[in-house]
Amino acid sequence: MVSIELSNVSVAFPVFSATHRSLKMSLLGGRTGGTVGTDATGAGGTVVRALDQVSLRLQHGDRLGLVGHNGAGKTTLLRVLARIYEPAVGSVQIQGDVAPLFDVNLGMDMDATGYDNILFRGLFLGLTKRQVEARMQEIAEFTELGQFLDMPIRTYSNGMRLRLAFAVSTSIDPEILLLDEGIGAGDAAFLVKAKTRLRAFAERAGIIVLASHSSYLIREMCDQAALMEQGRILAVGGVEEILEQYQARVDGQLVGA
Amino acid sequence: MQSQVTTSKPERRQQRDLLPQGNGLARLPRALRDIAEGWGQYQLWLTMAMQDIRKRYRRSKIGPFWLTLSMGIMVGALGLLYGTLFKLDVSEFLPYVAAGFVIWGLLSGLVQDGAVTFITAEGLVKQLPVPLSTHVYRDVCRNLLIFFHNIWVYVAISLWFGSFPGLVGLLALLGIAAIAVNALWIGLLLGLLSARFRDIPQIVASVVQVTFFITPIIWKADMLPERAVVLVWNPFYHFLEVARAPLLGDVPTPLNWLAVMLMTASGWLVTLVIFARYRWRIAYWV
Repeated sequence: MVSIELSNVSVAFPVFSATHRSLKMSLLGGRTGGTVGTDATGAGGTVVRALDQVSLRLQHGDRLGLVGHNGAGKTTLLRVLARIYEPAVGSVQIQGDVAPLFDVNLGMDMDATGYDNILFRGLFLGLTKRQVEARMQEIAEFTELGQFLDMPIRTYSNGMRLRLAFAVSTSIDPEILLLDEGIGAGDAAFLVKAKTRLRAFAERAGIIVLASHSSYLIREMCDQAALMEQGRILAVGGVEEILEQYQARVDGQLVGA
Repeated sequence: MQSQVTTSKPERRQQRDLLPQGNGLARLPRALRDIAEGWGQYQLWLTMAMQDIRKRYRRSKIGPFWLTLSMGIMVGALGLLYGTLFKLDVSEFLPYVAAGFVIWGLLSGLVQDGAVTFITAEGLVKQLPVPLSTHVYRDVCRNLLIFFHNIWVYVAISLWFGSFPGLVGLLALLGIAAIAVNALWIGLLLGLLSARFRDIPQIVASVVQVTFFITPIIWKADMLPERAVVLVWNPFYHFLEVARAPLLGDVPTPLNWLAVMLMTASGWLVTLVIFARYRWRIAYWV
């Protein structure tokens, strides 16, 4: 039985001095929503609080959409669910295989052929070589890339690359599926095809958590939503209700500004 | 570095109580599971290690055999130069330089790649919940693959001069295995420390560079006036010897093996303690 249970989870990033850790500085600068605090221990460290006492409970069949500003903690929460970030505080209990689909280009090698890249991505997604080979035919057909699959993918257009990534990523059978933003794009004809596939894919998964700014995608795929701000979950409820709240907050801020 | 994420004293106490993994050694099982499960991902790291090499030489006519060729050129040039400088018998000195260089390439590659293992795998670390040790296995595997390209330089040279070691040479495999086992902890430890302190890869690079000159690779240990400190206390020397001596028809000395075994045991001990404690922070640091 798949289930997710987070209680009082907090995640904070240490920010090291700029000279050594410019990456962390860029992360700090790029976050509009996190809370920046200082280390009271006197060690001089700065921390960015990306998640603040988040509790969440999901069961088989739940499809949760995460909405919120950039830096509200959506991606961090997904990474906690993927067991990439182990939280400093709080407990995380996850039953089931987790498949995170965050970056479309993950594990892609521009100089390798389409077929090679199907294999790499499949392996990264947790399939064995044999499993990838068994699915190869079906994946290749879905991409409609034909002979291009024998060519290095640097010869592909962006859309073609996306088709490839999309086809492999949606060929797995995850128990818990974590999606971050724009999975699925390409030309119009492909979009229709992609939508059907995405729906079938979603139906196979026990739990879905999707972070997106697209209310369309959230309405399409989720049956509940959570509103996040500054690393906290402000409200959980029906999709329409939460989207309304989010919209109200966005409007409120625009008026306020 | 948990103390760095705290913002207030009460919270620090709370944090200590709530740490899901427990502190210190209580997290050892998780660290061990990471290392064991990483091994289980062999299809992934094997494929990616081969891909790393292929990628480097794609669209070149002889591909990865550039590794062999450039090593051959290097060994030939330096062997002849230093052989002449030191007035040594080339038929003996060239196989010596070849074996030393090839193994040195493995050692230095392992240490230097180990120091940046999590930094270079940043994208993967942040996107995929694969065991962190997977990235180390990939690095070790890639370096071993490169080594097995380079070793042919030594084979060719020793065949040419008729100095093939015979059965003793098989002992070199034991040496290589010992090196690989140590490379794992070095990758885990240096990789972790480097993720946090970005100066470490630079320090490692410069130490490795200096070590090349103080380790008997292009000169011979018996040229030293007496068994010098630079030999006995040079860890690279012992790792080098357990693999090189058999290739030259000798058995590594008990001191070599003792040193290697001590380093294996203490290295793994320190690594497990540190890895158990800070493994979960790596994703935050990279």
